[in-house]
Amino acid sequence: MSDETPAPEGGTASDWGFETRMIHAGAGPDPVSGSRQIPIHQTSAYAFHDVDHAASLFNLQTFGFIYSRLGNPTVASLEQRIASLEGGCGATCAASGHAAQVLAFFPLIEAGERFAASTRLYGGSVTQFSRTFPKFDWQCDFVDTEDLSAVEAVLAQGAKALFVESLANPGGVVTDLETLAGLTRAAGALLIVDNTLATPWLCRPFEWGADLIVHSATKFLSGNGTVIGGAVVDSGRFDWSASGRFPGLSEPEPAYHGLKFSETFGELAFTVHSHAVGLRDLGASMAPMNAFLTLLGTETLALRMERHCRNALAVAEWLTEHPKVEWVSYAGLPTSPYRELAEKYLPNGAGSVFTFGVRGGYEAGVRVVEKCELFSHLANIGDARSLIIHPASTTHRQLTDEQRAAAGAGPEVVRLSIGLETVDDLVRDLDGALAAA
Amino acid sequence: MASALRYSDSLIAGILRRVRTIAMVGASPNWKRPSNFAMKYLQQKGYRVIPVNPRAAEAGASILGERARASLAEVPAPVEMVDVFRGSDAALEITREAIRLREEKRIEVVWMQLGVRNDEAAAEAEAAGLTVIMNRCPKIEYGRLWGELGWGGFDRGVISSRWRRPVKGDERAG
Ligand SMILES: Cc1ncc(COP(=O)(O)O)c(C=O)c1O
Repeated sequence: MSDETPAPEGGTASDWGFETRMIHAGAGPDPVSGSRQIPIHQTSAYAFHDVDHAASLFNLQTFGFIYSRLGNPTVASLEQRIASLEGGCGATCAASGHAAQVLAFFPLIEAGERFAASTRLYGGSVTQFSRTFPKFDWQCDFVDTEDLSAVEAVLAQGAKALFVESLANPGGVVTDLETLAGLTRAAGALLIVDNTLATPWLCRPFEWGADLIVHSATKFLSGNGTVIGGAVVDSGRFDWSASGRFPGLSEPEPAYHGLKFSETFGELAFTVHSHAVGLRDLGASMAPMNAFLTLLGTETLALRMERHCRNALAVAEWLTEHPKVEWVSYAGLPTSPYRELAEKYLPNGAGSVFTFGVRGGYEAGVRVVEKCELFSHLANIGDARSLIIHPASTTHRQLTDEQRAAAGAGPEVVRLSIGLETVDDLVRDLDGALAAA
Repeated sequence: MASALRYSDSLIAGILRRVRTIAMVGASPNWKRPSNFAMKYLQQKGYRVIPVNPRAAEAGASILGERARASLAEVPAPVEMVDVFRGSDAALEITREAIRLREEKRIEVVWMQLGVRNDEAAAEAEAAGLTVIMNRCPKIEYGRLWGELGWGGFDRGVISSRWRRPVKGDERAG
């Protein structure tokens, strides 16, 4: 009886297919109106039944809404959907991907403590971790995650978490999640994976042992270049009380009358804390309209990612043959050094963000970007539109030369985010730009 | 670690629909304790929750308006479910008492809280015809199955396009 396997009609969400959850997770008909699409709850605050109900909510004794900085029904629908797609226990949405990163570390790292991060990250994350986090006295050690003994060393020196991108921006690099998860687990540390470029349709880091996932919902999850948003997803599997290293979750919280989150909420502890303490005090909450747009985006995630990947592979293959192109870094190419890792972690495709090197260095890179007609020259990725940028002069501009080289954003590098247009038109546009460069 | 516990939604939902009265063994009078949280929530959902707590009973105390009882034997019948809010070790003795009192109190379910698991107790209870749930919280399961848990950003694992009436505070929905 107690080990009973769920029957289909009494099953759990993991029994439903990915595409079904993309559309239905977190989104039943509205109980009051029957409204089938999720209402945009454009409200700052929520009425209480009476004083006792209000007290129960403020004490976290019951589930419900108080004030939209802490939670909002439309945002909660998106949180459920992202949690379901990632196979996580719960999620907390935030005003941006960067806000989600602050929220992810906030319960884990006390002043004076350390975490580690891969050198191969979105430039903005490198800047956030190396310039702004030290102001909270959170110290980040950057490490080449392909050097496993370096990773072990940094964990042994007290790093409480390791932050990596599953598929790294600006492109072509796949991270060996399962191996790294083995190292963090042995060290009692967390593996935090930024899954923005892969999306849960291409890669599900929890299946490889990650503990937390962060997203910039600005990219493929929303998918139309309409939203700034983010999310942190909890696997629900990390034991916060085991080591005493995570007092924020295992020790009494003074602002909630000495409640211990891990004792009271079990596997829900991280996500309850992220709303009740993280969003309460950091305040970087997602707007309901942005949650709604992202919910619409997730409904077509698998379809879009399939086409994004197919177009990207075609463009990457074409670029490898072009005389003005020095190299192409796309993990979906047979020649990529990450080919094997891509087959393991990204069997449905290697994403649509990648880089190539133009002969002629910095100047040539800048010219290619400026000569495109169809590709949009802007600092974003994961849009239905194809996008192009020269990282060294833009997204990775604030880094040192060494940091840029480590991140794969040297002077000759051009980054593409391949959209959903007719692939021949994309090739024609790049051909013209390269000819003029 | 023994095999992971899996319970179907229909099994859990059936229990939470059928049960009216719950004996909560280990319910605390301290409102900051998890047991007190769960008891208050379940009361709001229309269950009668009777606390079993010898120390509180000796002091003649009430918890959330219900007089504390010293033991399961002192809980008035019928009580369809025994909720074990004690450590896994204590669960065996409590379960054996529930088996003994099964007919007299009309007990149908032994439910062990999140973090509580005792496979020996479960085997004995199941052999005696009781339904056993371990390492789950009825408050969380209620919220998960009837929607409120989703308000906190949790994956409820429930998908349905049927239009259901709102959950009322004083009765079980569905
Ligand atoms: C991989 C990755 N992570 C995080 C971010 C930051 O997200 P946001 O711009 O939504 O704050 C970005 C944005 O470019 C990104 O590409």
